[in-house]
Amino acid sequence: MSRFKHEFVEKNLGWLSILMIIAVSIGGLVEITPLIFQKQVNEPIKGLEPYSALELEGRDIYIREGCNNCHSQMIRPFRAETERYGHYSLAGEHVWEFPHLWGSKRTGPDLARVGGRYSDEWHYVHLMNPRNVVPESNMPAFSWLAENKLTGEYTAKKMEVMRTLGVPYKDEDIAGAKEAVQGETEMDALIAYLQSLGTALQRADK
Amino acid sequence: MSSFWSAWIIVLTLATLVVLIWLLRWNMKNYTHIEEGQEMDHEFDGIVELNNPLPKWWTYLFWACFVWGFLYLALYPGLGNFNGLLDWKSSNQDIRSLEESRQAMKEAHEKGMIVEYDRAIRSAEEKYGPIFEAFAQQPVNELAKNEDALDVGQRLFLQNCAQCHGSNAMGGQGFPNLTDNDWLYGGEPDDIKTTLLQGRQGNMPAFSGQFSDKQITELANYVASLSGRKRDADLVQAGKANFAVCSACHGQDGKGNQQLGAPNLTDNVWLYGGSINKIEETLKHGRNGVMPAWKNILGEDKIHVISAYVYSLSNEE
Repeated sequence: MSRFKHEFVEKNLGWLSILMIIAVSIGGLVEITPLIFQKQVNEPIKGLEPYSALELEGRDIYIREGCNNCHSQMIRPFRAETERYGHYSLAGEHVWEFPHLWGSKRTGPDLARVGGRYSDEWHYVHLMNPRNVVPESNMPAFSWLAENKLTGEYTAKKMEVMRTLGVPYKDEDIAGAKEAVQGETEMDALIAYLQSLGTALQRADK
Repeated sequence: MSSFWSAWIIVLTLATLVVLIWLLRWNMKNYTHIEEGQEMDHEFDGIVELNNPLPKWWTYLFWACFVWGFLYLALYPGLGNFNGLLDWKSSNQDIRSLEESRQAMKEAHEKGMIVEYDRAIRSAEEKYGPIFEAFAQQPVNELAKNEDALDVGQRLFLQNCAQCHGSNAMGGQGFPNLTDNDWLYGGEPDDIKTTLLQGRQGNMPAFSGQFSDKQITELANYVASLSGRKRDADLVQAGKANFAVCSACHGQDGKGNQQLGAPNLTDNVWLYGGSINKIEETLKHGRNGVMPAWKNILGEDKIHVISAYVYSLSNEE
């Protein structure tokens, strides 16, 4: 061993790079690679359903407006969180999320289980101007969503892409996608998406 | 986890530690044939390199990290499927339904495993369970006189209900005021509790198809007059003629029906605004007030206490 000189890696950039890449990748090989093949992170929970065409469009609006910059969708297994938001998030709830919207910053509350907590009307009023219902809120208003109408031009395409990623959309879901969203406002879509969040767990518990 | 991936994690983790230990030991020996502290014949810009050993504090810290690392891997889950000697977990894994979650919690408890999240829930139940149990024994109207219960109820209200009903519980347009004595679905303790547990779904149909704009205006004027407001007599009279349609839900006298959640139209309390414009809007487009069901979110015990708080708002001693 003593014949191996440190000088060697110090002076051979190629070897230095290769050894560095190996050293740096070990953490990922241990912590990330096995997860890709784990049943528990790839199998949906009981009763999970793919987003409807309208909800899927709503999800894209959620991303477009950057909702995930202030709202996480990940309830951690701490009592302080589950008291406020409900059962902690499960891996199986997010298997059809591409990309997932867990986030790590909470300027606003977590939304992983916001579905069914408030009425559609509340969401409408709140998105038009949050201060109308929560005076101390610092959330921006999103009133233009009520004016923008969806054309549904790409809805079917989006669902097809999701299907190639493993979301079990049926042919008839995709065929009826455009019709399902056409003429609805972006507000309708976003509210439909919000109302669907985290509800599968409760729905299956009958 | 399959045994392959478990082995993968164990081998890579332990091999890394072993290699690092070798690396540290290797770097601690002097291979240079130069005495410690002497120059290494390596000079640049007048700066010379001395053959100094690794700093002691740094080396000891490195060894301490190895000790800590091996201890951690022995006690806590880190090596693949090995659960660690403490049998400790942050939360139950591989849950696929609420039923499985409850089951896992029960099993872990029976087997004496330490699940940090379960432990927090259990200790909270031990601490707060008896308090809520005592509250649950008292009927809502009695509980509404219990200051402690009202404190708890108010906090739960602020956390869960204030978003719609406001932190002073006085509501807003479309969200009922809970401090007056006007109840859509009844203000008796049981009514309030049922509303909270199961939610409510109001349904005022849209009449823009059935009535012309003129008829809607007449109806709006008649409805406003029911609360004793002075309106044009002709309009009121014309509106009254069509009120029969409304009376199916709101009653002949317009006093409403709490079975249906049809508001009393004679008390000058307007959930969606009482201007003629707003009444017309309600008539034309209908209203669908929804109170979400809270049973699954909050559970019966908490709802019992919130019911007492809400009851107390309009039934102060």
